[in-house]
Amino acid sequence: MSGCSLDAPRPFAEPWEAQIFALVVGLQDAGVITSGEWAEALSAAIRPADAPERPADYAHWLAALETILARKRIADGTAIEGRRDAFLRAAQATPHGQPILLENDPGPG
Amino acid sequence: MAAADHDHDHEDHDHGHGHGSELSPIEARVRALESLLVEKGYVEPAALDALIERYEHQVGPHNGARVVARAWVDPAYRARLLADATPAIAELGIGGRGGEHMVVVENTPDTHNLVVCTLCSCYPWPVLGLPPVWYKAPPYRARAVIDPRGVLAEFGVTLPDTTRITVWDSTAETRFMVLPMRPDGTETLDEAGLAALVTRDSMIGTGLPLSPEAAR
Repeated sequence: MSGCSLDAPRPFAEPWEAQIFALVVGLQDAGVITSGEWAEALSAAIRPADAPERPADYAHWLAALETILARKRIADGTAIEGRRDAFLRAAQATPHGQPILLENDPGPG
Repeated sequence: MAAADHDHDHEDHDHGHGHGSELSPIEARVRALESLLVEKGYVEPAALDALIERYEHQVGPHNGARVVARAWVDPAYRARLLADATPAIAELGIGGRGGEHMVVVENTPDTHNLVVCTLCSCYPWPVLGLPPVWYKAPPYRARAVIDPRGVLAEFGVTLPDTTRITVWDSTAETRFMVLPMRPDGTETLDEAGLAALVTRDSMIGTGLPLSPEAAR
């Protein structure tokens, strides 16, 4: 639409990158987290105590957001892992090409 | 060899069909977070979709290029931009998250400016879109400060020894954008023609604007 010659690669390599980006910005727009809190959490996530500095990529956005949500008692690790496993089971139960919905989770075991 | 590779591809393909869909571990974690946050009312799906649409299709370096081109043709605008960038950028209808406090630094024959975020990846989204991968990577974050001339050389930018390089460290509060120098031979171009010369990297400081010949 801009019609200009700028090098503008797609901002997100995969849909989940866009999703995590939207969650972080959406939570800031909603006033749940501040931009300062976010920068601090992301900065901590890319500087592990026992390893070299890491890229500030979307995988580390995810880790930083999980840390913030646990600290604020919005979603703890157990809740996230439980919901993640439900999505993994729902995916397995969903034929190729159809949307993966949580209600298709057949349940554990 | 080629035939074997071909067969292998088919095996992978068939494998997928028999066993439902697959989510990678990271996809499943992101979906879990989104689902929990929507359920608890912290975010709304429509707002998330609108954000993705905005950053995939509307926000990008073409916005910054408009700002630069305006500053090149309008000295009064340039003065406002350098004095207080956020409202000057808003004059062109550009603003929003990541651009609440913008500072624009001007390249001159004596000074070249380079922007980095040493902390993480703070970047002026409204004018430049989302940052490139290298901007978020440790080598750039570290080396932009200690060896800016070396970094510029890797980007193919060689400046005269007499040009001083100033490095600006963006933060969550203050985000920098470079106003590059207008290229020679552009006297006859209008604002749109000038904007087409302004690259993303020239507004980060790791590049220079295109020449009119290169843009053609």
